Amino acid sequence: MAEKLSRRPYLRPVTSEWIFRHPRYLRYMVREFSCLFIGGWTLLMVWGLKQLSEGPAAWAVFLEVLKAPEIIVFHVLALAFAVYHSITWFNLTPKALPLQIGDGFMPDAVIAGAHFAAWAAVSLAVLYLAGAF
Amino acid sequence: MRAVETTRTDIAIIGAGGAGLRAAIALAEADPKLRIALISKVYPMRSHTCAAEGGAAGVIKPDDSLEHHFNDTVGGGDWLSDQDAVEVFIREAPKELIQLEHWGCPWSREADGSVAVRPFGGMKKQRTWFAADKSGFHILHTLFQTSLQFESIQRFDEYYATELLVAEGRCAGLAALEMRSGQMRCFEAQAVIIAGGGAGRMFPFTTNGAIKTGDGMALAYRAGVPLKDMEFVQYHPTGLPSTGTLLTEACRGEGGVLLNRHGRRFLQDYGMGPETPLGQPVLKTMELGPRDRVSQAFWHEQKKGNAVSTQWGDAMWLDMRHLGEKKIDERLPLVRDMSISYMGVDPVTDPVPVRPVVHYMMGGIHTDIRAATPLAGLYAAGECACVSINGANRLGSNSLTELLVFGRRAALSAMEYLGSGVRAANVGALATAAQARVRELMQRSGGTETVAGLRKEMMQNMEQHAGIYRSGEGLSDACSRLAGLRRRYGAIELHDKTNVYNTDLLQALELGSMLDCAEAVVQSALARKESRGAHQRLDFVERDDKNYLRHSLAVFHPSQAPRVDYCDVVITKSQPGVRDYSGDHE
Amino acid sequence: MGERRVELEVLRYNPETDSAPRFQRYAVTCREEWVVLDALNHIKENIDPTLSYRWSCHMAVCGSCGMMINSEPKLSCKAFVRNYEGVIRVEPLAHFPIERDLVTVIDDFMDKLKRVRPYLIPKQVKAVSDGEYLQTPAELNKFKHYSMCINCMLCYAACPEYALIPKYIGPAAIALAHRWNQDSRDGGREARQPEIAATEGAWECSFVGACSEVCPEHVDPAGAIQQVKIRSTVDWYTQHLMPWLKN
Repeated sequence: MAEKLSRRPYLRPVTSEWIFRHPRYLRYMVREFSCLFIGGWTLLMVWGLKQLSEGPAAWAVFLEVLKAPEIIVFHVLALAFAVYHSITWFNLTPKALPLQIGDGFMPDAVIAGAHFAAWAAVSLAVLYLAGAF
Repeated sequence: MRAVETTRTDIAIIGAGGAGLRAAIALAEADPKLRIALISKVYPMRSHTCAAEGGAAGVIKPDDSLEHHFNDTVGGGDWLSDQDAVEVFIREAPKELIQLEHWGCPWSREADGSVAVRPFGGMKKQRTWFAADKSGFHILHTLFQTSLQFESIQRFDEYYATELLVAEGRCAGLAALEMRSGQMRCFEAQAVIIAGGGAGRMFPFTTNGAIKTGDGMALAYRAGVPLKDMEFVQYHPTGLPSTGTLLTEACRGEGGVLLNRHGRRFLQDYGMGPETPLGQPVLKTMELGPRDRVSQAFWHEQKKGNAVSTQWGDAMWLDMRHLGEKKIDERLPLVRDMSISYMGVDPVTDPVPVRPVVHYMMGGIHTDIRAATPLAGLYAAGECACVSINGANRLGSNSLTELLVFGRRAALSAMEYLGSGVRAANVGALATAAQARVRELMQRSGGTETVAGLRKEMMQNMEQHAGIYRSGEGLSDACSRLAGLRRRYGAIELHDKTNVYNTDLLQALELGSMLDCAEAVVQSALARKESRGAHQRLDFVERDDKNYLRHSLAVFHPSQAPRVDYCDVVITKSQPGVRDYSGDHE
Repeated sequence: MGERRVELEVLRYNPETDSAPRFQRYAVTCREEWVVLDALNHIKENIDPTLSYRWSCHMAVCGSCGMMINSEPKLSCKAFVRNYEGVIRVEPLAHFPIERDLVTVIDDFMDKLKRVRPYLIPKQVKAVSDGEYLQTPAELNKFKHYSMCINCMLCYAACPEYALIPKYIGPAAIALAHRWNQDSRDGGREARQPEIAATEGAWECSFVGACSEVCPEHVDPAGAIQQVKIRSTVDWYTQHLMPWLKN
């Protein structure tokens, strides 16, 4: 029994089952998956700028495409993913930016809150410039 | 049988806790060319040093003095401490603690950035350095991480040392079992340092982790080195009744109080009064009395029917509510976490039930002031050793400092020994014989005993007859029962006879160590016909300096009970006096 | 006195007799306050002495007893049986090779721990005779929680990056490097950068955040890693845009 070396460590194979091991992993994948929609929206915007540079006829084509039902659905989903990503991102910023005040640290809620406040302010400014009110 | 592979090294260290790591670092710093083998049955971070909570004592504040630390330690030890060793210990203590700080240990601080100290039991002045309530954890990890920078320290993690190899009248190495392969390895070394820790697991109720099975003590013992003062087993007053795990003495240092079921601070009835104001602990009285006295007081309260009844047996209340949430979270966060998790009690809002549990062994491998054993080439440090600085009762926070002071001293002594020109001895044949013994145990068939069965009997025996209070009758009973267990050990058959990470085998070997240590404990206790410190006899209640101001030395015999010899205690400045922990003392 | 009957499904593996790991079921009568470790000890003592696993302190400070309990990395000494319904599945820590039963091979972790140089590289050398370095409570708080890591490796078992990219240095190692970087007495950040700012260092992290969620000591390795990323980025830009600035 002792003559042959007996060790034979066994490495369990890694499959994509990890995504379903706990809700946190699924939430993470949704967050990461948002990049597809945000990337897609960016490409759409770049195309829109190109159309704009080619004159009013090209621009009208762009506006027509935007009215298509599938594109509207796409925009709704993209907005939802972008909001989800932003919320998770802002909530994580205190971990990356700890601010020490005296012996203790600024509460997470304050740091995250500041980001949300800035987001709200910028959103209002953009909406104003766009003529929403 | 596969041939045993040999590793040649200069100094082998068995045990990688605080003392073992400190020794390794001392060697590596002193001479980068020294080959150091650091051998441990667990990864170093798992060593039980990590569980120590309260802190490490060293004179640092202007209101304190070496003389105070000396007197506290010698008196706390009920004058069984070797005073020359205590002098060295208290003198080197502050230096070692500063050295640890220089290696990055995150000691808690005063507002001005200097190291903070806290009050601790039996100490006249505040001198316990602490890192929140995880001092042992931080000390261990600081030492382990520091050790990683030395290439000359070669680690052998999860190797269980089974025998010392003695040749030409000196210790010339050891044989160790590599846990993960089941293969034996021979370590040829010019000197060996044992830092294997204590043996509290021989008792059923202990703060000690699974690994505290006295293996280091047993190694030296079987090689002919006496085990000194084994009868002195410390009970820590505040262990959790459900798991036995430790709530640090710092709970009381910060102002926590102990109450019986009537809500009375009963310690004042046992010579530790008068009652001090709530939340204002006075050093060296009431709840800051020494551990042996506090544990003994509980035992008496139990007998009187004043103990708190819980589903795990009798207990007393540790009340910390008056400390407030802020102080508890800052200074005792682990305590709060453990109370809530394991007892369902939040110390901020409720008193916590606690009881005395076995915590520390004052006794151990007979060493001198240089950490040398009588066997040439063999050194020992830490809880497994008995110098003795702790005497009959250890003061809290002296032990973590002891690891550092004597870990380093063992290293320097071992180096000096090497410098005297000792050469390696051929111990291959001895290692092969050691392997054969382990194989025999592993492959034995037709056995009638199990590891778990014998271990349970041993524990029950120790709990019943070698507890806080002992009697001649009970100890004699214990001695004969343990002798019986020793014989039956030869009839153990393992369920697991495979090679890879066989913990049935490991536990069998650990049980063998515990049985040997347990016999030393009860035989020494039977022989000591007096009460002193942590050793209390119902049939001999007084301290007897005339006959017993001596260390007991248990000497191993392979098939019989150990013989108990005696040697003198070194007394220099402090003549045996009365241990006064009443508030009237000056 | 509360008791509950619990069934444990434990992953077993003995390389000498098994070609692959397999589950074994045990029925244990537990006390109400027991943790999974207590149940395992009961199994080993009374039912099956061949079960191998690591444990020691039973108070969540030694880091030995990390396991997957119902697919979640936990310390078995802090997983209370009263918190589980039905059969409790116990497996060795994920993402490490299995040595035997619930015992994993942690060589990779030990190696990575060493590589980040987790020891004080002092800013200013001081003699012991000159006393301690001064460090205010505020300075201590800057790194204190990163120093609480018990090396239990639950974070490695939770991290999908480590699962998919074994070369990744991992949460605990980076958090430990960060602990030393944040220590006011330390001047070794530059020495640690090659390891933690490498591709297999902090940049392999995609901020899943599972590590911080499972950490029993609230070390927050995820936070440490992001802080390393930010610092490394600032370093890179400073180095390339303002090379005259010596950091």
